[in-house]
Amino acid sequence: MTYLSHHLPALQVIVPMLTAPLVLLLKPDGLARLATTAASALAFAIAIAMTMGVLDGHTYTYRMGGWPAPYGIELAVDQFSALLLLVVTGASTFALLAGQRSVDADIDSSRQPLFYAAWLLALAGLSGIPISADAFNIFVFMEISSLASYVIIAGGPDRRALPAVFKYLIMGTVGATFYLIGIGLIYLMTGTLNMADMELRIHEVGDQKPILVAAGFITVGLALKAAVFPLHVWLPNAYTYAPNTVTVFLAACSTKVSLYLLMRFDFFVFQGNLAGHDMQFAAFLMPLAVLAILVGSAVALFEKNIKRLLAYSSIAQIGYIVLGVSFVTIAGLTASAVHIFNHALAKGALFLTVCCFATQCTGLRLTDLGGIARRMPWTAGALVVSGFSLLGIPGTAGFISKWYLIVAAFEQGPLGMALIAVIVVSSLMAVVYIWRIVEAIYFGESTIDLSAVREAPAAMLIVTWIAALANIYFGVVPEIPVSLSISAADTLLEHLP
Amino acid sequence: MSGADLITLSLLIPVLGAVGIAAASKFGPNVRESATMITAGLLAWTVWSLVPEVMQGGRPSLMVSQIAPGIEIAFKVEPLGMLFAALASSLWIVNSIYSIGYMRGNNEKHQTRFYIFFAVSLAAAIGIAFADNLFTLFLFYEILTLSTYPLVSHKGDEKTIRSARVYLGILLTTSIGLLLPAIIWVHVTAGTGTFAPGGILEGKISGPAVGLLLGLFVFGVGKAAVMPVHRWLPAAMVAPTPVSALLHAVAVVKAGVFTVTKVIIYIFGIEFLFAEPSSSWLVFAAAFTIITASVVALRQQNLKRLLAYSTVAQLSYVVMATAILKPLSEIGAAVHIVAHAFGKITLFFAAGAIYTAAKKTELHQLKGIARRMPWTMAAFTVGALSMIGVPPTAGFVSKWYILAGAFQADNYVAIAAIIASTALNAAYFLPIVYMAWFLKEDTPPAKEHGEAPFAAVLALTITAFLTLAFFFFNGPVLKLEGQLVQGLS
Amino acid sequence: MNILGLFYYWVFAIVLMIGFYAVIAKSNYVKKLIGLSIFQAAVFLLYITMGKIDNGTAPIFQDAATVYSNPLPQVLILTAIVVGISTTALGLGIVVRIREEYGSIEESDIQERDRQ
Repeated sequence: MTYLSHHLPALQVIVPMLTAPLVLLLKPDGLARLATTAASALAFAIAIAMTMGVLDGHTYTYRMGGWPAPYGIELAVDQFSALLLLVVTGASTFALLAGQRSVDADIDSSRQPLFYAAWLLALAGLSGIPISADAFNIFVFMEISSLASYVIIAGGPDRRALPAVFKYLIMGTVGATFYLIGIGLIYLMTGTLNMADMELRIHEVGDQKPILVAAGFITVGLALKAAVFPLHVWLPNAYTYAPNTVTVFLAACSTKVSLYLLMRFDFFVFQGNLAGHDMQFAAFLMPLAVLAILVGSAVALFEKNIKRLLAYSSIAQIGYIVLGVSFVTIAGLTASAVHIFNHALAKGALFLTVCCFATQCTGLRLTDLGGIARRMPWTAGALVVSGFSLLGIPGTAGFISKWYLIVAAFEQGPLGMALIAVIVVSSLMAVVYIWRIVEAIYFGESTIDLSAVREAPAAMLIVTWIAALANIYFGVVPEIPVSLSISAADTLLEHLP
Repeated sequence: MSGADLITLSLLIPVLGAVGIAAASKFGPNVRESATMITAGLLAWTVWSLVPEVMQGGRPSLMVSQIAPGIEIAFKVEPLGMLFAALASSLWIVNSIYSIGYMRGNNEKHQTRFYIFFAVSLAAAIGIAFADNLFTLFLFYEILTLSTYPLVSHKGDEKTIRSARVYLGILLTTSIGLLLPAIIWVHVTAGTGTFAPGGILEGKISGPAVGLLLGLFVFGVGKAAVMPVHRWLPAAMVAPTPVSALLHAVAVVKAGVFTVTKVIIYIFGIEFLFAEPSSSWLVFAAAFTIITASVVALRQQNLKRLLAYSTVAQLSYVVMATAILKPLSEIGAAVHIVAHAFGKITLFFAAGAIYTAAKKTELHQLKGIARRMPWTMAAFTVGALSMIGVPPTAGFVSKWYILAGAFQADNYVAIAAIIASTALNAAYFLPIVYMAWFLKEDTPPAKEHGEAPFAAVLALTITAFLTLAFFFFNGPVLKLEGQLVQGLS
Repeated sequence: MNILGLFYYWVFAIVLMIGFYAVIAKSNYVKKLIGLSIFQAAVFLLYITMGKIDNGTAPIFQDAATVYSNPLPQVLILTAIVVGISTTALGLGIVVRIREEYGSIEESDIQERDRQ
């Protein structure tokens, strides 16, 4: 292994984090944007390089400052974290590449360096969570990413973003504090913060009440951050009123990082040591997942604003991921992990098309967008393709995760049949809400004057179409996400007794 | 050229054709229509090149990619798929000739879009025909649903959009809700979804579960239009007539019954299913559909809607023939796919020609129209006779085999259904023929008219001729489909 | 005895709940933030409590001492305090912006105004 590749895990966080203060110094001539995009692209490249590494069966560990674990802070990258890193850095890079026009429209040019600096901090925090093996370090990364996300969400011109972000801040902080209480209790009982070490030591005290309480706090806290139903109320408004570029970035990855952490914590630390902990999933998370799937889809049926509609669809999709986890089987965990990737692809591409619409059209209600496909045929085409992926039409990425999820449900016996019915019903609701958009943009009549609307700028369109076509590519050649997910599921389950 | 190359070509030609049509549209409609014709011609030539090998028992195959362990995109040409592909690709040529007359005669808008999606639909139909496993079949099935949506909603007005919504809604609901779970069920129990002679489920599943799985397949394949999932077919009649003619009398609906037949033969296996009593409901469901749809057709006033309900009934002939589960009836099912295609496309061509020339759509307006449009109505008469099953038309051949199979199985429900529906078919088709030829026009038309544009008349004459010719020259088809049931009693 | 021995943990739980109550029940944004700060402060208390060992001294190596308190929780909580302050500052900043835009910091008023 070369010297550089040894340092990749650290660079993954350091690159965006050190570029952030640098960006502040750049006067707005597009330089700030350029530096941010470059840093994000570099982070994406690092993530790809590490993915290549883990696909070859290599796992990265890195000791910060040379201190050995469990005393020092350890960074570790395995298949599951590589999958998350791809999603996080990829979403950021695509959003930045496409978002120039959108950011110019939403944010005053004098404040753009601040905006981009916060963006990079959010990126650093979100990519820090999957690579860190230290529970407290993860808390710090979580708060870096959250605080920076609040800033970029509130950065737009829509004043409704402010109360939305305030709600997000309150709920997010409560979630993070719950997590902090949880690891505090574990530290109290085991005296360690390193997750691998925790797994070993918790065994001796697994029957003690504080550990049980810690499991509860951590699960609820992370579920809050991950917007698991019914703790999702912060999400729709935050996504709807955020600047469009920010929605692309955060909708694709922010909740998934928390879900990742939830899976990791519950499987690595608790599952093997707490008797009956898997019941927590079957009895507690599964019903919530089912409700999330049904309620999220049902609300999306009636939403009038396209961003809100997609935000509620995200709540349902988070439900799919949690449902897969709640089976506690290889197939279920594979389905969840692969859906983390595939949903990011589909939803990211969909929000990119929204971003394109928003640069050309003043309103984002379905009635405002009536017939806009005649003016912006390419954007509309990309929306249809990524919409197919969200529905799980075969040949798109969304189908792969749906396939794995239904296979996993089949293994559950009679209960699985009922769950398949739930998945099917919600897929059909997805057909309806996606088709509402499609009918509106192709056949509707707009309430506002669209005669001046032109197709989105070529640069945006190209990025959007790359994202849309990625949905088809990973639907036909899904080897990379699937093999990462299968290894992720294996690793998670290995830690069970 | 090897079989694999030919399969690749026959999938690529329509897709490249779609691109070509889009590019050619810049040079005017004549160049664009030439692109369609060339594509259709090339496709038919490629598909027919596969016939000799399959006739001799060869099974050309092509493996494209493995999506996940056990899920592959792969193709293999077997007799049933060969027949379906040859049928769809050949009739596309005729239909393209007809489209030119119809679309120009009615000054339809967005013609480029129309021809592009038509080509994509054909690619999807070929994909279904050649699919080697359930996943590949499902993939192209959904592509066919989605690529026909712009054709159905072609007009773009309020009423059309609503009908198109019904169309898409039913087809997607059934496929996602029932077909996909059925496919995954097969994968989970049998570990594979690859079609194999004799089926793959024997010994893996038994009892009422077989009947349930069969139900998921039959109703999941909404395109087969077994009641109660038939509503999309009348709804699809808002499309321009060439779409109704090729897609909703041949490619789409035949893709449905083809899928059902293929699943019964290659997934369940005829003998396994015959021995399993829980599968016997299918004959009843199909017989019920045949009779009910015929009665509903009897009450229609709109010509295209009547033809749609007639199609619903005729599709269930194929399903019922398959469900009789005897070698002769399986052959009958395959032959009926062809026979009904020739007859029904002729009828739709005639309906479209009447609309183009006279702007008439309702039955009572057709009095005496044969004097103005003798070629069209002669073809219509041939088509109608084939639907009833009168010799010397194609419909007689298939009905013969289906009946023979029913007697072989002592299946009196099927026999009764066939007899009753023959009477019903006669009851709704013959009055139209009588009106057109022997009654006088009530009022002279607002505008004098004769036959429809030449291209349209040419197309419907060709298909009427095919309907008659198939009665005499059906040997190769029987020989080909005989391979389906080799070794069965 | 046991209950008294866990005295600090009781304080932690009570302070935590007071803060949490304020976050949920108050509709004034500033009061919500005050509640959030109390909520976080309770967690600081939890960490510091767990680091203290009876009769332990500061962890500086000296001959007389044999029992040291654990310094790590204090280090951790220094970080958490910084995070808490940043959160409160950002929250207050957002409240200022809300006040500028809406002229109120009452949740009900703001919902009213957004509905218009």
